Amino acid sequence: MKELSLHILDIAMNSVKAGASLVEIGLEEAGGTLTLTVADNGRGMEPEFLASVADPFTTTRTTRKVGMGIPLLKLAAEQAGGAFSIESAPGEGTALTASFQTGHLDNPPLGDMAATLVSLIQGSPGIDFTYTHTAGGGVSSLDTRELRAALDGVPLDTPDVLAWIQNSIEEEERGLSQ
Amino acid sequence: MKSIEELKKIREETLKNINLRKEDNEHAVRVVVGMATCGIAAGARPVLAACLEEVQKRNLPDVAVTQTGCIGVCRLEPIVEVFAPGEEKVTYVKMTPEKARRVIAEHVVNKQVVTEYTIGAAE
Repeated sequence: MKELSLHILDIAMNSVKAGASLVEIGLEEAGGTLTLTVADNGRGMEPEFLASVADPFTTTRTTRKVGMGIPLLKLAAEQAGGAFSIESAPGEGTALTASFQTGHLDNPPLGDMAATLVSLIQGSPGIDFTYTHTAGGGVSSLDTRELRAALDGVPLDTPDVLAWIQNSIEEEERGLSQ
Repeated sequence: MKSIEELKKIREETLKNINLRKEDNEHAVRVVVGMATCGIAAGARPVLAACLEEVQKRNLPDVAVTQTGCIGVCRLEPIVEVFAPGEEKVTYVKMTPEKARRVIAEHVVNKQVVTEYTIGAAE
């Protein structure tokens, strides 16, 4: 994974598969640290599964016994001088935090968050996603519940709506980096 | 949010031009992109974006672009499968946005399988 936004896409898919109706993605840049949080209200994990979830040989898949998503994110965070943690309980959802030292040589670029959000929403138009990225006093954000209300029955995966989301996030992210 | 007004306009336009829902249409072609960890790491996100863009640009109401998990041959990702009614499934491997645009144009629109990108040609 070359970009943090690709990890985010991959990790948020776990929330989708866990039956979540709401997935909340947060990025907070402050004092040389970028903190990523992904929280969902999905089915959560049993303590035994949670304890080994960062092990690549732990997975919910039944076709083979390897799951790389969480181990890769954990590795990326640790290689960038950061840390990784995950909390979960059955029936209570899952919340994951990964931090990165933004000045670290091995800190991955954030990449295209607009494309990640569009891919998530296109793949699961029935699920709600929120995104809040704060940096240097600015904020870039999205809440599909607000979009859904404005669209009043028109689905979120309508091509023009996806294009609107892409443009809107790109614009807000550009505003953050200036 | 800056321009909820724009969304409301999109809503009205969409309702004006309402098409048959793709999923309900038995003539629909399905273009399925593998979006598990392996696919994403290999570059599936821009492939998905290219498929969506091409389908929108060409205004293909009978084509549904969807996502799936790991297809099982991770080393050949990004993988795109095309399901056309009455045809066998075609699996395209090691895809790029450019290859995906060609598959939409030649296979999905013109019904000519792009043999050189298929799993049969790669193996």
